[in-house]
Amino acid sequence: MIEIEGITKRYGETTVVKDVSLTIAPRTVTVIVGTSGSGKTTLLRMINRLVEPTSGTIRLDGEDNRTLPGFELRRRIGYAIQGHGLFPHRTVAQNIATVPTLLGWDRARIDAKVAELLTLFQLDPAAFGPRYPHELSGGQQQRVGVARALAAEPKVLLMDEPFGALDPIIRAKAQDDLLAIQKHFETTIVLVTHDMEEAFHLADRIAVMDKGEVVQYATPAEMLVKPATPFVESLIGAGERPFRLLAIETVADAVEPGAAEGEAISSTASQREALSALLWSGRKALPVIGPDGAVIGKVSLEGLAQRAAGPA
Amino acid sequence: MQLRVDKLGVITAALTAYGAFLAPFATFRANRIVAGEGRSISEALPPTWAALVLLVVIVAIILAILKTPGVLRLAIALCALAVLALAIGAAAGQLTPPENTYARVSPASGFWLLLFALALLAADALTRLRPSPLVRVAILSAVLGFIAVVLISGAWDGLSLLKEYASRADTFWAEAGKHVMLALGSLAAATAVGIPLGVLCHRVPRLRDGLLGALNAIQTIPSIALFGILIAPLGWIALHVPGAAAIGIRGIGTAPAFVALFLYSLLPIVANTVVGLAGVPREANEAARGIGMTDFQRLAGIEFPLAFPVILTGIRIVLVQNIGLATIAALIGGGGFGVFVFQGVGQTAMDLVLLGAVPTVLLAFTAAIVLDAVIETATPYHNRVQSA
Ligand SMILES: Nc1ncnc2c1ncn2[C@@H]1O[C@H](COP(=O)(O)OP(=O)(O)O)[C@@H](O)[C@H]1O
Ligand SMILES: [Mg+2]
Repeated sequence: MIEIEGITKRYGETTVVKDVSLTIAPRTVTVIVGTSGSGKTTLLRMINRLVEPTSGTIRLDGEDNRTLPGFELRRRIGYAIQGHGLFPHRTVAQNIATVPTLLGWDRARIDAKVAELLTLFQLDPAAFGPRYPHELSGGQQQRVGVARALAAEPKVLLMDEPFGALDPIIRAKAQDDLLAIQKHFETTIVLVTHDMEEAFHLADRIAVMDKGEVVQYATPAEMLVKPATPFVESLIGAGERPFRLLAIETVADAVEPGAAEGEAISSTASQREALSALLWSGRKALPVIGPDGAVIGKVSLEGLAQRAAGPA
Repeated sequence: MQLRVDKLGVITAALTAYGAFLAPFATFRANRIVAGEGRSISEALPPTWAALVLLVVIVAIILAILKTPGVLRLAIALCALAVLALAIGAAAGQLTPPENTYARVSPASGFWLLLFALALLAADALTRLRPSPLVRVAILSAVLGFIAVVLISGAWDGLSLLKEYASRADTFWAEAGKHVMLALGSLAAATAVGIPLGVLCHRVPRLRDGLLGALNAIQTIPSIALFGILIAPLGWIALHVPGAAAIGIRGIGTAPAFVALFLYSLLPIVANTVVGLAGVPREANEAARGIGMTDFQRLAGIEFPLAFPVILTGIRIVLVQNIGLATIAALIGGGGFGVFVFQGVGQTAMDLVLLGAVPTVLLAFTAAIVLDAVIETATPYHNRVQSA
């Protein structure tokens, strides 16, 4: 649990973050979005005290984050940034081992952790461990950056535009991997991005920042249905709203009884994917199969159209 | 097979040809200070030696002009240099009349030209072959070993330079020791002071411009003037600080030379430390802070290792510069190889000048090659970029 209470940051006369209060539930993904310069990075960096707030408090699991010296606090909180920030003179294994080494883990435990993380990120430890960062592709570097942030098993992981430097296909894969990892370690993730698509894909809750203030803090669905300000509305993009709404829900929620012809769709796919399949194949309905492969019903164009409609 | 011409090779070949066929190979003088008479290869050498020298020189010229593999060029250049080195010893035996201890034989312009041109050929071949640092140091060791063996064998004993050495053997080694002590000692002191200063400049930007400016100003003071400037304060310290004179601090002598070399060394080391630290990727620094390194851990574990190759480059500049500059120390009684250079100039005895100059050049050259190799070895992650 992260409790941010009345946090303000001023640089001289300018207020960069203005009286922000947020409560972030454990084991969830919270995404901070907003235009460039709206104070997202500053807010994030006040959680691990890379930036000291002008006023307000931040508590982690009930404990004020100023009880520990800053560097000790940061060893307990994962931190991953855009452009990965790997140390060019250290191998992949040494990079990942950084925080455990600082914490004084014994060699065997560090080695086991490095191997576990590399395997989890689909990098063969024997092949990638001894390499230097520049010998990896951009996507691999980014994965190692996240692996390094997770090495000391932090409960909280802060990420500042971690996928900003990746091309779209690799980025989508990295996002899915992150969600899987988050489930695996039950990490609380706070992620900063300016990409709305990414925000809706990853977030349990989204905080929208505008000129240093959080103007709305809500689940993606709430935000789509009831944007708090015209700014939030424009950020979501009026034309995108029905599709975003469908994108955040799975087919399982839209299953209707009955049968349909043609190729089936999985119940775990998003409703947006179902709509796309319907439109592309020119059909009115698709059969839906459950996780065990058995047909559990159908999803129809009409049903999806109703779900995508905004409040009257 | 198509024969193609190598442009740099043509210049090398022309120099070689001029040195071998037109310029005098050795100089003969009746005693050490009279003007000498030039002798060509055929006059200076016994017939078999002359033939051998001309043979390797002609082969070297042909291989230099044509586009030939680097290994071949390097081999002929080194081989020709070795023949040349032995031949000049043979020339001494040939030209010196028996039982004459006054006559002097020394290398003449032709020999030096050949040496220069062939060294150029070897250096060019080496640059193209891009040998690993280890191989470069191995080649250097082989060349130094060869020189040592020839010296010990006595093959050069008839040369004027070695006759100068023979009459000064013990002062030679004492001055050599002083020279190395001056160059290395001032480098060590400058490194110990300069790196922390560089770190300070990096962390406190307000300090940077002032300090670098001051060091820059020192760098522009001519060395003789700097010695002069130092005489007064050091003399004062020697007189007024108890114990200072006892540890060798004086207005003239080794102390001002040491201090001057130290001051000259500071700028390259401080400046390279600053540049090296500034070149550390911003993201690496930010990540280091973000995952909980203390300022000292970040400096020691991230910034310093990443800046180290650049700092080493500064140290290399200073070492080579100091080995040369230390020669000047002799002017104020600081000792070193400069002693022979300035005595030689005073007596118009060229060979004595060379007795000081040749070891200085050899030392600087060795230092440059060894440190270049160290720099390259210290940056494994860079090398891989280049080879990838
Ligand atoms: N150290 C600093 N000193 C002064 N101004 C700063 C500093 N850091 C950030 N700012 C300013 O604060 C504002 C918000 O920055 P930031 O939090 O990085 O925004 P975002 O991450 O949303 O793009 C920007 O206008 C930036 O110029
Ligand atoms: Mg930012």
